[in-house]
Amino acid sequence: MTARRLVYYAGIAMICAWILVPIWLIAVGAIGGRQGVFLWPKSLWPREFSFAAVELFLRIEGVGKALWNSVLAAALTMVLSVALGAPAGYALARFAFRGQNAYRLLILLTRAFPIAILALPLTVSFIRWGLYDTVFGVALVHTALALPFAALVSSSLFAGIPRELEEAAWVFGCTRLQAFAKIVLPLALPGIAATAIFAFVISWNEVFAASVLTVRERTLTAYLLTVLSESPLHFRFAGGLVLILPSVVFIFAVRRYLFAMWGIANR
Amino acid sequence: MAGIVIDGIRKSFGAVHALEEVNLAVADGEFVALLGPSGCGKTTLLRIVAGLETRSGGRVTIGTRDVSDLPPRERGLAMVFQNYAVFPHMTVFENIAFGLRMAKADRARIDAQVARAAGLMHIEHLLGRYPGQLSGGQRQRVAVARALAVEPAVLLMDEPLSNLDALLRMEMRAELKAVLREAGTTTIYVTHDQTEAMGLADRIAVMHGGRIEQIAPPMEVYRTPATTFVGGFVGAPPMNFVKTLAADGKVRLGGLELPCPIASGEILLGLRAEDLAPVGADSGFPFAVRVVEPLGAHILLTGETAGQTLRVVLPPEHEPRAGQTVHLAPIAGRWRWMAADSGKAIAT
Repeated sequence: MTARRLVYYAGIAMICAWILVPIWLIAVGAIGGRQGVFLWPKSLWPREFSFAAVELFLRIEGVGKALWNSVLAAALTMVLSVALGAPAGYALARFAFRGQNAYRLLILLTRAFPIAILALPLTVSFIRWGLYDTVFGVALVHTALALPFAALVSSSLFAGIPRELEEAAWVFGCTRLQAFAKIVLPLALPGIAATAIFAFVISWNEVFAASVLTVRERTLTAYLLTVLSESPLHFRFAGGLVLILPSVVFIFAVRRYLFAMWGIANR
Repeated sequence: MAGIVIDGIRKSFGAVHALEEVNLAVADGEFVALLGPSGCGKTTLLRIVAGLETRSGGRVTIGTRDVSDLPPRERGLAMVFQNYAVFPHMTVFENIAFGLRMAKADRARIDAQVARAAGLMHIEHLLGRYPGQLSGGQRQRVAVARALAVEPAVLLMDEPLSNLDALLRMEMRAELKAVLREAGTTTIYVTHDQTEAMGLADRIAVMHGGRIEQIAPPMEVYRTPATTFVGGFVGAPPMNFVKTLAADGKVRLGGLELPCPIASGEILLGLRAEDLAPVGADSGFPFAVRVVEPLGAHILLTGETAGQTLRVVLPPEHEPRAGQTVHLAPIAGRWRWMAADSGKAIAT
C-alpha cells in the first residue's frame, strides 16, 4: 500500500469516526441500560439492552406534544419547500433569463445570512402577524432555510431530464403543463421525494428559530434544549437518540441526491 | 395530407443571423432533405416549423393553415428527434400510443395503429419492453413508429440516423424510404450526411450560413451545383474547381480548349472526379498523380494540374502509379462554370 493510499484511507476513517463515535456514544448511553451511562471505558457493544430510558423519556409530560409539533412543522416545511422550490428549480433548469447566475447565487446567499440577526425583527413581526408561538410560523422559517436546497437540488434534477423528451411531448399533443405532469414529473419523482425528505430533516434538526419563535408550541429540539439540562444523564441520552435517529435514517436514504446538488454547486 | 410553405423565415440570436429570409415550399407528399454542415441553420429551421423555436420573422403554412403562432401540438405534425427522445418511463407500446392517447383516440384505434406502426418498423416483439432494455437502433425504430402511429400530415426528422452505426444506418435508410413512400407523408429531413440526403430525398435543399443555396432533385444538385459550396459539399470526393483564365471566350488548360461563358478574366471550371477520362498524351491536360487509392469499385487519384490539387475517380482497369503524369479530358458536357469571385454558377 502506498503512502498516498494510506493517507486516503486514514482520512476516510477519521471522517467516519467524526460522525459515528458521537452517535455510538449516544446510542450506548440511551439503550445500554442504567449502568452503561456511567461505564468507562465504554464497551464496543453494550452489556445489556434496555429501552427503559427511551420509553420513560417518551412518557414525560410535554414530549409527546413536542414530538407531534416537530412532525407537523417538518411536514409543513416539506410541503412548502417542494411546492415553492420545485417550480424555481424548473425555471432555473429550463429557461435562460437575465440574471440567472446571480439568482442562483442569491438563493444560496439566504443561507449565508445568520438567522441570529433576524431573530428579533422576526419575533416582533411574527407577534404582529399572529404567527408567534405557532407551528405554522416555525414551518415558515424552516421553509426559508430549506428552500435553497429544494430549489437547487430540483434544478439539477430537471436539468438531468433531456429537453427533447418534453419537446417530443409537446409535438405529440401535450401542453406545457401536461408535458410536465406526464413526462418530467414521473422521471423527477424519486429525486423530488429525496428533496422533500431533506427539507423534513432540516426542519427536524433546526433548534434556534424554533426556540426563539415558540413558548408553548415547542418542537422537540427546542423542548429538549430547555428540559434536558435539568434531567438525569440517561434521559439526555435517550432524548438525543430519539432526536438524531430519524435524521440519520433520512439522510442515509437520500444521500445519492445530495451529491447531485453538489454537482450543480460546483459548476 | 398537406404541403408546407416556409415564407421568409428569419432567426437572429442577438446580432447573429442564424437564418436569413429562408423560403421553401414542400409539396404534398414530398420528401425534402435539408442538407448542410453543422451550424448552417438547418435544425433551427426545422424547429421553427415544429414550433419548438421562436422566429424573428416570416410565416410557416402547413396545408392551408398559417401555423406560425400555434403551439407544436396544434400544428398537426410528428417529429423524430436526433437522440430519439423516447420516454424512458413508458413501455414501447405506451411510447408509440402516446400521440394517439393525447388525441383521445379510442382503444380499438390505438391498438390497431400501434400494431401497424410497430409492424412497419419490425418491433412488434418489443412492445412490452422499456426503452432502457433496447439498443440504439431499436430505440430509433420506436421513435419513428411513435411518429408514424399518429398518421401525421407532416413528418419532421432531425438527423434521425446520425447516432446509428454505418451498417444500421444504411438498413434504416432503405426502410424509411420504403415506409414513407408508402404512407405518402410530407417530410422534411435534416441531415449533414449527403449520402442520406441523396438516397432519401425527392429534393435536396442545401443550406449554408443561414440560407438555402440550392433546392433541386438530388441528381441535379450533384450534376449542376448552383454554387461552389454546393459542389464541394455534395458528393464524395467533392467537386474539383480549377482556377482558369479565359481569353477570347475560351479557356485553355494544357492541350484542352473549352468555350466559356465569359470573354476574359478568371473563371472556375467545375469538374466531378468521375467525369474525367484518360486521353492520349497529345490532348487533354496533364495531371501529375501524387496518391493512388484503390477502393475496389474504382480508384481514387489525388494529384496536381497547373499547381492545383485535383481528385479523380477512374475505373479500376486504369492503374497509374504515383509520380506518373496522365492526360485527362472531361467527358463531353460534364463540366460547369462558376464565377471566380462569388462562387455562383454561370449558365452556358
